[in-house]
Amino acid sequence: MPASKRLGGQTLQFANPPKILASASIVGDVEGEGPLGQTFDIVLEDDLWGEDTWEKAECKMFEQAVRVALEKARLPVERLNMLLGGDLLNQTISANFAARALNVPFIGLYNACSTITEALMLASALIDGGFAENAACAASSHFSTAERQYRHPLELGAPRAPTSQRTVTGAGAFLLGYGESDQPSVSITMGTIGKVKDLGVTDSSNMGAAMAPAMAIIGA
Amino acid sequence: MNQAQIDERNEYLKSVKARMPRSNLPLDLLKAFIVGGLFCVLGQGLSDLGKTFLGLTGDNAAAFTSIAMIFIGATLTGLGVYDKIGTFAGAGSIVPITGFANSIVSPAMEFRREGLILGVGAKLFSVAGPVLVYGISLSVIVGLLALAFS
Repeated sequence: MPASKRLGGQTLQFANPPKILASASIVGDVEGEGPLGQTFDIVLEDDLWGEDTWEKAECKMFEQAVRVALEKARLPVERLNMLLGGDLLNQTISANFAARALNVPFIGLYNACSTITEALMLASALIDGGFAENAACAASSHFSTAERQYRHPLELGAPRAPTSQRTVTGAGAFLLGYGESDQPSVSITMGTIGKVKDLGVTDSSNMGAAMAPAMAIIGA
Repeated sequence: MNQAQIDERNEYLKSVKARMPRSNLPLDLLKAFIVGGLFCVLGQGLSDLGKTFLGLTGDNAAAFTSIAMIFIGATLTGLGVYDKIGTFAGAGSIVPITGFANSIVSPAMEFRREGLILGVGAKLFSVAGPVLVYGISLSVIVGLLALAFS
């Protein structure tokens, strides 16, 4: 059977593009001070958010981001067909514990920074294919959990390289489907699956240079 | 990898190197020199105090100074100040003995939430480990050489 929704070498073209019905975002205090500060749904004053560990706080952000998006679309969580998402930690633990609390069919994903776009593309394919009426896509990260897993203890007095990035404290969620949306909404018409591109950057404090080729080289 | 891929890789790495922001080396050296120097002045002051007021001599004065400096480094880490000094001073605060205290206390704080055995116990030397392994190994080798040639 020919793949009628495949375009070129890497692109999926959806026959009935799903719409983004609602979205939600929760960020930490540093992100809230940035130029997009006013646009987030919730800006945390304390990045522990009343929990005893940062991991638990990240998990809570993930869960709440999904709940806020569902509330905006006035969709009860019981009517959500599936949740797709992930985070940066081992065993994508934030997403899994949030999915446990939400109690909806869950597909756990890991694709580092592109996890959310991976989720949007796969959810669109599932909806377009008739496997779901709606789907939530979410991803989270937390500066302090990522520092612990990937870099140094927070209190270590090591200077950061000028090329080093800061991992966002935040979670975002989208609700996809075909229903009505309050706001002018975006449809997902196509998705392009990236390839792993390694041009030999080995400096872990220069993630930008390591990741840029994957963005720039499509098709090659 | 074929030749074209190797060329592409080398060209990319060259362009990354040419464009990446660099540390301001003279300024970093100056900051490290000043802050590192201040730590040394503090150590010298403590040593002199020990000699003058506590009647310490030689090795005892040196041990007193080390213990006091480690205490200061650990306390500043616990108060969340040492990482800020480190961000400013770089090697100026990493190289002195206070930096070693910071490298032990900071993982202890970080992993306290994972428990006393699997957290603090297992991760305590995650930063200082290489220094200890190679420092102790080298001291054994030097000791054996010293014995052989004495």
